[in-house]
Amino acid sequence: MRIDVDIRKTLRSNGREFVLDAKFICEDDRSVVFGPSGAGKSITLRAIAGLETPDHGRIAIAGKVLFDSSLGIDVPARDRSVAYLFQDYALFPHLSVVENIGFGLKPWWQRGLSADVMRRVDELLELFELRGLGRAFPVELSGGQRQRVALARALIRHPDVLLLDEPFAALDPLLRERMRDELLKTRSLFKVPMLVITHDPDDVAVLAESLVVMEQGRVGQTVDLKSSSYRDEEGHVNDRAIRALLVRGMDGKAQPLRSSIRAVK
Amino acid sequence: MLSSHEVLVPLLLTLKVAGWATLLATVAGVLIAFTIARFRFPGREILDAMMTLPMVMPPTVLGYYLLVLLGRRGPIGGWLEANLGISLIFTWQGAVIAAAIVALPLVYKGARAALEGVEPQFEQAARVLGKSETSVFLQVTLPLAWRGILAGAMLAFARAMGEFGATLMVAGSLPGRTQTLSIAVYEAVQAGKDDVANFLVIVTSVVCITILLASGRLLRPAAAA
Repeated sequence: MRIDVDIRKTLRSNGREFVLDAKFICEDDRSVVFGPSGAGKSITLRAIAGLETPDHGRIAIAGKVLFDSSLGIDVPARDRSVAYLFQDYALFPHLSVVENIGFGLKPWWQRGLSADVMRRVDELLELFELRGLGRAFPVELSGGQRQRVALARALIRHPDVLLLDEPFAALDPLLRERMRDELLKTRSLFKVPMLVITHDPDDVAVLAESLVVMEQGRVGQTVDLKSSSYRDEEGHVNDRAIRALLVRGMDGKAQPLRSSIRAVK
Repeated sequence: MLSSHEVLVPLLLTLKVAGWATLLATVAGVLIAFTIARFRFPGREILDAMMTLPMVMPPTVLGYYLLVLLGRRGPIGGWLEANLGISLIFTWQGAVIAAAIVALPLVYKGARAALEGVEPQFEQAARVLGKSETSVFLQVTLPLAWRGILAGAMLAFARAMGEFGATLMVAGSLPGRTQTLSIAVYEAVQAGKDDVANFLVIVTSVVCITILLASGRLLRPAAAA
């Protein structure tokens, strides 16, 4: 799966200007865009999902052009076949867990879920360890459960790619580790490529096969983390090498990234 | 003695007029509120002000405008008369339109606040899940905003029930045909029928207070959970 992004967008608010100029290609099944908050990661991810329209540029997934300003192509979000996991999951508060998961497959004129969809929802409840919670509402769930519901809701439509916006930022540190493992298992089970944006170096170390570093609206290096320089002899990720890489930042100079990197121990 | 002619007839007529007026005002109010809450377009501010205008304008002035528009020689009334053979002046349907215009700001304001209170993120989540704009509105926006819309519609109903000035201008005071409760109260007082007036006043008050309490309940934050 190849994701091509080459977009520009200028945002103005309160007399300040932010210029996004993002160009990168992801070819691995597990790509991570890393950068401090305010780097333009979210807006890039939203543009891929069709929730934000770039001023210029081109976005393609697996060769399918989703946006191309020079050709006047802008596929609406509903037709992009991407799944998007919002940072706080955006579960529909007026719907139960079952209704949330089945939402994408229920037309508005239909009262309940069809038997076919219900069967798939049941399978997903089982798979995501949500059995017995089908009738619960989002407010009644823990953070981890909410994330599982959001994943099930996103994956029931078999998307081409799974986009995740800071997927673990809303969770406790201990739960984060577990949910990362769960996400990896889910990803390989559904065989869906994923693109994660994060400012958490641990996400990079655990999730990434390839890494894109963003800062101040621009994209720096794209790094192949499968290469031996970031792995030990057994092929495990070398945490230290990755951290050193992230601290060097976009230009590869030993200069801390603005804001968030300083919070990292 | 109170006769059903003096009490029941205006009461039923009022409920009918207020019911239709509320329906009309709610559909129009929600659509316009949605347009203003979600889209930026030239004339947006003017449309917003227009929607609020009936709240501050004297009902008789509104009624006069309607009379000019809907009258036999008016642009809308003339067209209806010539093409469909319909005249709205001095009919209960005319009273419905007058009441709907006067009630519109209440449902518009309520609906706008409710629709603007819906997190855009839920609508975006629905779009990424493959939903058309119609589906997003019907499956996400409306269900999340319905309390505020319903509260607005109930206030609109109460306002429509009490409508006097504009209704009198457009539909007159024809007993059994266009004489609604509030107009009947006026007529009863004028005619010295205090028992009729007392009874009508109490009925109107009870209905209006009940509606206010119910709509207040709908808007209470605790009820939203």
